[in-house]
Amino acid sequence: MLGDYSLGDLGAIFAMQGFAGLILFSVYVLMALGLAIIFGQMGVINMAHGEFMILGAYVTYFCSEFFQAQLPSLFPAYFFVAMALAFVASGALGMLVEWTLIKRLYKRPLDTLLATWGLSLILQQTYRSVFGPREVGVVLPDWLLGSLPVTDVIEVPINGVFVMCLTTLITVTVALLMYKSRWGQQVRAVVQNRVMAGAVGIDTEKVDRLTFGLGCGIAGVAGSAFTMIGSTGPTSGQLYIVDTFLIVVFGGATSLLGTIASAFSISQTQSTLEFFLSGSMAKVITLLTVVAILMLRPQGLFTLKVRR
Amino acid sequence: MKTAPSFLNRRDMLALAVVAALLLIVFPALLDGFRLNLVGKYLTYAFVAVGLVLCWGYGGILSLGQGVFFALGGYGMAMYLKLEASSVENTKIQSTPGIPDFMDWNQITELPYFWQPFHSLPLTILLIILVPAFFAFVIGSAMFKRRVSGVYFAIITQAIAAIATILIIGQQGYTGGVNGITDLRTLHGWDIRTDSAKFILYFVNVVLLLSVVGLALFVRASKLGRILVAMREKEDRVRFSGYSVANFQIFVFCLAGVFAALGGAMFTLQVGFMSPSLVGIVPSIEMVIFTAVGGRMSLFGAIYGTLAVNFAKTSLSESFPELWLLGLGGLFIAVVLAFPNGLAGIWNDYVQPPIDRALKLRPKHQGDDVAKQAASTAPAE
Repeated sequence: MLGDYSLGDLGAIFAMQGFAGLILFSVYVLMALGLAIIFGQMGVINMAHGEFMILGAYVTYFCSEFFQAQLPSLFPAYFFVAMALAFVASGALGMLVEWTLIKRLYKRPLDTLLATWGLSLILQQTYRSVFGPREVGVVLPDWLLGSLPVTDVIEVPINGVFVMCLTTLITVTVALLMYKSRWGQQVRAVVQNRVMAGAVGIDTEKVDRLTFGLGCGIAGVAGSAFTMIGSTGPTSGQLYIVDTFLIVVFGGATSLLGTIASAFSISQTQSTLEFFLSGSMAKVITLLTVVAILMLRPQGLFTLKVRR
Repeated sequence: MKTAPSFLNRRDMLALAVVAALLLIVFPALLDGFRLNLVGKYLTYAFVAVGLVLCWGYGGILSLGQGVFFALGGYGMAMYLKLEASSVENTKIQSTPGIPDFMDWNQITELPYFWQPFHSLPLTILLIILVPAFFAFVIGSAMFKRRVSGVYFAIITQAIAAIATILIIGQQGYTGGVNGITDLRTLHGWDIRTDSAKFILYFVNVVLLLSVVGLALFVRASKLGRILVAMREKEDRVRFSGYSVANFQIFVFCLAGVFAALGGAMFTLQVGFMSPSLVGIVPSIEMVIFTAVGGRMSLFGAIYGTLAVNFAKTSLSESFPELWLLGLGGLFIAVVLAFPNGLAGIWNDYVQPPIDRALKLRPKHQGDDVAKQAASTAPAE
């Protein structure tokens, strides 16, 4: 299958597909970061993660509509407002869910799976009733459209570059928050030993709620970024939940670095394969490889050694 | 009592008799042909739910990929029926007569090798049992030998369900794609589309289901069943006692897979098609919720739970399609938060004691103390 292309063409193809893979990688990282915090750190299987993401996407959509109608002069900057609002909306919903539902289920991780699946069904139906069943797309401001020519055959889209910068920023922020701040220290203490963390005076309930809220908020931002790449419908979140979980598990659930590494390898494999095979076969082969590796190495790529 | 097999106590016999009477006498007497066929369809999901009770309730292994096994059985049966419906004289307008119509549409000119065994009915039935068992064995031995458990197992099986769906939809020429395998006509020359055939198939289905429940009861009462419960409660202690935990887990996972495949095969026979909509993540999780609603520890509860959820689904989605998803979601949350033991838990707590008193049955039985113990650890409402 490689014979039809010259060496230069192949180089350009790999560069372009590699860049497409990088955009996919950025979105995967954003989605998986939230889940890595909720699932990897807290041990809660949040099947409604995709729905939190979609909430962020809807918030972005309404922001774009609002700015277009009411504040056209500020339209070029609406995306930043939308992302902040998406974070707040998804985070607030996440904290509400933690308070009403998840709080009661910390000792039964498999049951969080069922309960949050129920939650995701409810959210999907709510989106369908409130926002309508049709898929919606946002209008991007002019400065995000078009592409940057790198060489005469290779071009990179600007919105892709923007998503990558955004992902880098958020990842660095989360890493600083988790590993350098006092709050992150508390989160890690609660994760490693809930009872002892409580005994040394950490308000574990508050830490849990904020952690869950942060994870959901990041999902909201991911949804916001996602609108630049695809359209948003009530069930769009469902499509990504399996990929996201696989990324987190593949990376080693407790390691943020692992999450990034696994998102990178999965997205690059998929986008490179997509060029040579049909989209569905590329996906099947990627997922099968991941499952096969997980069967051989169930703890994932990177693991944190904790005595249990 | 001397005639009864030793693995059935009086209470189980009573429960089995009630289920049998309900499914074999009450439903056929009360429901018309269409509704009875619908009940038959629901009961094919009950096969999966019974398997999940053993696998999840007793073994503690939550599989979110049972739809894959259901599909292996269902597609196996559908492939046999499709080949029979695609005889050379039935398909002579195609450019390649004698192969299924969807293959012809996809420019495939020869029957693929993995379709060949499905020309023969005995071989088909054998494959319906062996392929899922083998598949479950491969997954199980890869995962359980490495002590993958709980959450990780659930997520990986879910990924397998997703892969299976994408694969079936993507390989349209070999599997019928998103439409599945449709237009099935005869089983070994016997037309399965007539009302009388559907009536007979319903009874075949119920008898098969009751045998599966009987087998599950036997497993539960055996030493194996006790070890399964012990493993769920404290896996390490069982391991330190010298049992090979992985082998027991593999066995119960294979058994649940075969049950699901039998359900799938009966589904194809009764409904007349098989499609990827029954394979993926959503149907697989729905099968788990049937089990959860019925009570994850109760084999009979699995049947009642499946029937109850599906009746609710059909009637709600007929009259209030908007409410159905909200209702299903609420049901998930309510079952998990308030009734972890499902319908069976409610029955054991509130209905069974008066009946026991009336019948002067002693409630003590090795299978029951487990349920009691689980019920007592449930959170108070």
